[in-house]
Amino acid sequence: MIDREQVLHVARLARLELDEEEVSKISGELSTILEHIEKISELDLESVPPTSHSVDVSNALRPDVPRACLPREVVLSQAPAVEDGGFVVPSPTA
Amino acid sequence: MTEILDLTAAQAAAAVERGELDRSELFETYRERAAADELNAYLWVADEAPHANGARVGPLSGVPLAVKDLFCTKDVPSQAGSKILEHYRPPYTATVVDRLASAGAPLLGKTNQDEFAMGSSNENSAYGPVLNPWDRARVPGGSSGGSAAAVASGSAPWAIGTDTGGSIRQPAALCGIVGLKPTYGAVSRFGMIAFASSLDQAGPLTRDVTDAALLFRHMVGHDERDSTSVAFPEEVRLPTARTLEGVRLGVPEDLTGEGVEPGVMERFDATLQLARDLGATVDRVALPHADYAISAYYVIAPAEASSNLARYDGVRYGLRREADDLLTMYTKTRHDGFGAEVKRRILIGTYALSSGYYDAYYGRAQRVRTKIADDFKNAFERVDFVVTPTSPGVAFELGAKTDDPLAMYLNDYFTAPMPLAGIPAISIPAGLSEGLPVGFQLAGPAFSENRILEAAYALEQAIGFDNSAARK
Repeated sequence: MIDREQVLHVARLARLELDEEEVSKISGELSTILEHIEKISELDLESVPPTSHSVDVSNALRPDVPRACLPREVVLSQAPAVEDGGFVVPSPTA
Repeated sequence: MTEILDLTAAQAAAAVERGELDRSELFETYRERAAADELNAYLWVADEAPHANGARVGPLSGVPLAVKDLFCTKDVPSQAGSKILEHYRPPYTATVVDRLASAGAPLLGKTNQDEFAMGSSNENSAYGPVLNPWDRARVPGGSSGGSAAAVASGSAPWAIGTDTGGSIRQPAALCGIVGLKPTYGAVSRFGMIAFASSLDQAGPLTRDVTDAALLFRHMVGHDERDSTSVAFPEEVRLPTARTLEGVRLGVPEDLTGEGVEPGVMERFDATLQLARDLGATVDRVALPHADYAISAYYVIAPAEASSNLARYDGVRYGLRREADDLLTMYTKTRHDGFGAEVKRRILIGTYALSSGYYDAYYGRAQRVRTKIADDFKNAFERVDFVVTPTSPGVAFELGAKTDDPLAMYLNDYFTAPMPLAGIPAISIPAGLSEGLPVGFQLAGPAFSENRILEAAYALEQAIGFDNSAARK
């Protein structure tokens, strides 16, 4: 069972604001889902290696050749706020 | 115009090659239908055909392509069905869309989808649900519901989508068309807005198996911008098989019909009988961990999603909610920009990855993933393909499952194991149950797409499914 405090804790970790209605709804929903997920605790997996990826590729490297990147104004064109060639955000300490 | 609509994509390409069909007329026919679409299948439709002198000609002969919203398309809205990316126009195009355009399939439109591909009904789109062309009171499936509905209703000759836990195969099944989820790594993910990076794979949604093979042929290949992509080991062939002589099909031992609608099971059994008539053998195979796939999937996919979706913070693109300090700007932007299902998955994923729970959830789920892959390896020593119904039921009514996330997740019961194992699977229409399409799924070992397409083609000819009713 996930209680309201845990939901708020996880939401803080995820940088997600939840309103009051969402908190109570989600704590019930997450509990049901996690109960189903708990099914995997039935299995003995002691000696089983984990799979993070189904393709057997590691360290895929390409030659380190410099090439043009997207122009600055193109990258900034989709940003909500821009100034002096950079992204503008509110102060972290305000 | 009716004549153009009656052509499959491969037939239309051939007609253009023979000089019997004008490419601009072909494009305009579908463009008008897409623009007049009443199923909410499109979020953007091209306003004109590519100019004849500038258009690239290739083996796909100008047959227009509908593209799921989450593929980045340069200067064209690419919103992944989310409000947090409303009006986003990326500065580059996804490799697979680029490859298909170069091969001669120009962009027709961007299709509606569940937000960030999270859903099995298309009801999680921030731009409204897509309606099923067979019955507008029902869902088209998801998450590639717009692509499936567009192809089924004849507003696109063919389409691409993505599959993470069933998002190509399930909507294809519910809309009565063909959907192929390729082997992980066969198609570049560069430019696909990420959901769960170790599972996401792009694939075709088409009217028939031949169209799927033709489109897939031009999607595959290594891309240096996706380090998990690999060169497809052989040329993708157009299928020609008329029999299933010597083909061994395996039905999972625990597929007894429990939890599956009787009408779906009836079509599944009838298709197995057709397969036997074509010369195939049908045996039971053990997949002892398949029953744990949904549980493992709903740890791994949300965990990866919670990390991938951290980038939507109101700084570089998309929605921003103004606030006096940075943290509040982040949390308000994400509160307003994400829908309910996306929030649920971010929270599940963050919980599963958080200190003290990582081993119990994510670590264990990754081990279950190994067991599921091993199950398939063992099965493929005895049979060529594992076969199941694609979805436990036919298309359900809009709103029927929106209040019960777990019931919605169980739609993925038959489709979630394959992405976890990285293997390919196809869904083909196997007839109707109560007037609604039923899908038949074939899964094979990694890179067995050619064999899957051959077997699916032979079955398709024997089934003789008529999907023209949905194009009226």
